[in-house]
Amino acid sequence: MKVSRRTQAFWIAGAILIIAYAIIPVIWIISLSFKEGDDITNNQFFPTTWSWENYKTVFASDLFTTALRNSVGMSLIATTISVILATLAAYAISRLEFPGKRLVLGVALAITVFPVIAIATPLFDLWRNIGLYDTWLGLIIPYLSYSLPLAVYVLAAFFREIPWEMEQAAQVDGATAWQAFRRVIVPLATPGVFTAAILTFFAVWNDFVFGITLTSSEAARPVPAALAFFQGASQFSQPTAPIAAAAVVVTIPVVVLVLLFQRKIVAGLTNGAVKG
Amino acid sequence: MSTTTSAAPPRPPKETRSARRVRLTDRTRKERNLGWMLAGPAFIAMVAVTGYPILNAIWLSLFDFRLTDPSGRSFVFLGNYVTILTDGLFWKQFGVTVIITVVTVSVELVLGFALAMVMHRALYLRTALRVAILVPYGIITVVSSYAWAYAFSNTYGFVNGLFGLGDFDWFGGTWSALFTVCVAEIWKTTPFMSLLLLAGLAQIPDDYLEAAKVDGATAWQRVKRVILPNMKAAIMVALLFRTLDAFRIFDSVFIMTAGAQSTETLSFLAYRQTISRVMVGLGSAVSVILAILVVLIAVMFVKVFKTDLSQQRGVKK
Repeated sequence: MKVSRRTQAFWIAGAILIIAYAIIPVIWIISLSFKEGDDITNNQFFPTTWSWENYKTVFASDLFTTALRNSVGMSLIATTISVILATLAAYAISRLEFPGKRLVLGVALAITVFPVIAIATPLFDLWRNIGLYDTWLGLIIPYLSYSLPLAVYVLAAFFREIPWEMEQAAQVDGATAWQAFRRVIVPLATPGVFTAAILTFFAVWNDFVFGITLTSSEAARPVPAALAFFQGASQFSQPTAPIAAAAVVVTIPVVVLVLLFQRKIVAGLTNGAVKG
Repeated sequence: MSTTTSAAPPRPPKETRSARRVRLTDRTRKERNLGWMLAGPAFIAMVAVTGYPILNAIWLSLFDFRLTDPSGRSFVFLGNYVTILTDGLFWKQFGVTVIITVVTVSVELVLGFALAMVMHRALYLRTALRVAILVPYGIITVVSSYAWAYAFSNTYGFVNGLFGLGDFDWFGGTWSALFTVCVAEIWKTTPFMSLLLLAGLAQIPDDYLEAAKVDGATAWQRVKRVILPNMKAAIMVALLFRTLDAFRIFDSVFIMTAGAQSTETLSFLAYRQTISRVMVGLGSAVSVILAILVVLIAVMFVKVFKTDLSQQRGVKK
């Protein structure tokens, strides 16, 4: 479609507005995290002097550093297991005929629909009885079951698009079954697996409900839950700016992943939802 | 297969045919086994952790059960449900949840559509747009809630200064507090909505719009008559996802208001009953009610969706 310069200027203005919309709250929390002393309550957007003080406070606090370790560790473990299981399941769903296929998809859908809080409260009861309360495993297990549906849907949507005939073609050309899989299918499937891993990581990294219901100490509490308990329960007299600093720290991985993989993330999000 | 083997001694030709059938079923059986071997672990991981708690919650919801007083546990059948459904507080929280859902989802739909249009049409800044829009999506809900809570705060925030509101306390009244929660929620989730809408928008052939333009349709007419009817499916999917999500709102309420000023939502009620008040029976009943409501919403959407799609197909044919 031919686009006049004036309409294009209109869309560019829109684009700039959207970018501002998306990043102003982020810049606000960053600028709050650099405020110190009276600046914190100066009701201005930017600090008068930029200070690293809050970051020092946050990294000197066990509350935050253990929570960060918990979050990183549990998110990586849950993401890895979830993506492996989801890859196998998605392969079966997109390539094989077996009874109960619809059941698997139905259960996955039911779980995404079911309120997390309705699972978390009975789990609280159960975990206390079997000793999983306030442990890494006690959080990783629910993370798995809640991230698997998303990963399965994203991966199944990806696998359906892979031209599987190429595998046979390679075998006709003299490749062994393993070579065909290794050289042809794996490179085609990797982007999908990667996208699923990023989306799964986001989902698990974001968890708050399980984090606050299934933990009671620093042993397993992830960052989002720890942030909520900074207030009052901490040694900080005025935790606002340190919370902002902690918030910025946990946002960095998200921003890095987005910067690196924006195209894939968008494809993964929309593929799974529209076709799945 | 047991029927073929236990059948009377078959004649040779039949033998080969049944043998072939056995081989065939053998192959499908192998495929079936492989299918379950691959999908089984994921299936078990999903069901084991959610199946038991759901059944457990339904079971516990029939008891008057306080965690600190296990011996005082007594079976009350639907008593907890009666208690909840006849309590004015429950209906108030139901109302708050519905208001938040309706307000956020409808604003997100309009805003998300505008965002999708810009992303679809802008020739420049595409990568920057995509990155910018994914930041709110990826950011932790707790973090975005804090960002907005502090922005609106009359001690730390800049909003009052910006709009000359002086010392106005946003978190001092129900409506202004709900407003801030809605703003935070909208900011965080509109990008997801707009990406789903963008996928629908991209599927509309450019020829349609070109033709409408040639026929003299205004921009508004093109949106109303060409774009919207052609992306009904995308809109329904986006609405369904977001409505279910918004109805379960918890994180931002917890962080921004902690349920103060009557801003409690249903998820928050379930949490408070079980975890803070250790009223496991009552809390489980709230959870079950919440789950039933969510399922009802989903069923309603699918029903409307189906009739809508079949109508659309009927018109086109």
